[in-house]
Amino acid sequence: MNLITPDTGLLFWMVLIFGIVFFILAKWGFPAITGMVDKRNAHIDESLKLAEEARVRMSELAKEQEALIAQTRQEQGRILKEAAQARSEILAQAKEDAQAQTAQMVQKAREQIDNERETALRDIRRQVALLSVDVAEKVLRSRLSDDSEQQALIGRLSEEATRENHKS
Amino acid sequence: MKKFMLILMMFLSSTLSRAEDLDIGNIIFEHVLDSYEWHITEWKGEPVAIHLPVILIDDGIHTFNSKHILETGSYERWHIAPAGAPHEGKIVREDGTKPFDISITKNVLQLFINAFLLVLIILLCARWYRKHDALKEHPTGIAALMEPLIMMIHDMARENIGEEDYRRYSPYLLTAFLFILLSNIIGIIPFFPGGANLTGNIACTLVLALFTFFTVNLTGTKHYYKEIISPDVPGVLKPLMAVIETFSALVKPLSLTIRLFANMLAGHIQILCMVCIIFIMGKMGIAMTGGATLISVLFGIFLDVLEILISFIQAYIFTMLSSIYIGMARTKGE
Repeated sequence: MNLITPDTGLLFWMVLIFGIVFFILAKWGFPAITGMVDKRNAHIDESLKLAEEARVRMSELAKEQEALIAQTRQEQGRILKEAAQARSEILAQAKEDAQAQTAQMVQKAREQIDNERETALRDIRRQVALLSVDVAEKVLRSRLSDDSEQQALIGRLSEEATRENHKS
Repeated sequence: MKKFMLILMMFLSSTLSRAEDLDIGNIIFEHVLDSYEWHITEWKGEPVAIHLPVILIDDGIHTFNSKHILETGSYERWHIAPAGAPHEGKIVREDGTKPFDISITKNVLQLFINAFLLVLIILLCARWYRKHDALKEHPTGIAALMEPLIMMIHDMARENIGEEDYRRYSPYLLTAFLFILLSNIIGIIPFFPGGANLTGNIACTLVLALFTFFTVNLTGTKHYYKEIISPDVPGVLKPLMAVIETFSALVKPLSLTIRLFANMLAGHIQILCMVCIIFIMGKMGIAMTGGATLISVLFGIFLDVLEILISFIQAYIFTMLSSIYIGMARTKGE
């Protein structure tokens, strides 16, 4: 049975060749390949871990940023509100001031007008007094041009004067 | 495709008319057994063959071309043992005993070719990893082809042997796996640089299994030896279990040998049978031949594809069992 009897020649060569092949490959072949691939796998694992960490950090950062934005927005609202308040305050203040000033000016003007009118009235009154004296002089002069008249007046005047004396 | 089939059938039918009285058994065994020459084809009735050197160690080393002994059947004081003799087909002395014959036979040459190819492929692959930074580029060319296979076995070693020792054993498992795979696949190639039935030869598989056996049994932990010599069973059963354990340790390489050998041999015989059907039917007229050829070619393609699958599976099984045995021998005890 040639088929199932191991042939010594082939046994010999097989041990020799397989041994040599194993030696060569175990020394220069496989360790280089598997070592490199293992290293690469480790590198990939490491990279994946780092990427995951980076991702987590990124999401944290994004959250922080969002919070920051929200805060800023709030701040902005507050500032805007304050500014609006300040503006309305300033406006009110200005309006008040203007009113006060106007009132003062009007007051002053009124006083001045009063003064002027007073002066004018006084002037007029003096003029009227002078004029009436002039008129009375003229009337007297025209009336006293005739003697009877003069007599009558003297009489009336003396009568008056006596009556005044009586009274007193 | 149909045209091709027709041409094939006509060609075969015409050549077959010459084939008379085929001894199918002989043809098949010629193909699966070792021989002193590598028969390639026939050209104009003359066989085209590579005559390989015969090397005999018999009171000194004798080398000569196998052509001399194959043509006449004898050379100097050696002759080829006739059919039915104890060393049928081998070179024997005049008294029928066998000298130490380390001739470069067909299988040995195939072994050289396979070993050379394997070393070439792996060293080229290793060179890629030395020349390139594997952290920055993905493997290309031969490295891309081999890396999945290598890492598959490397990871299998890690799984079966354990994180601590697997690096020591993975080169052996890788060598065995790739050697078997390459030999199996080259064995399917039907013409010259391939086709010798190396992994279907029991000597080859026996050596592989013995390598595994010695790797397992020379590097075992003390727990492993204790489990064999003095298993943890009640007193009376101890010697019985020791015998069984020893027997099982010895049978393991045998089962590895037979499994690979028988599978590959059977695959070769199946394909050869399919081809031979054409020649058997050749004598039964053109219609029979045509039909048989078509069926045989289809089955042959199917079997060839199946054989590629089996090549891989057998290489994988051999390596997996080896790694499991090694893992068992590396036990750290409970």
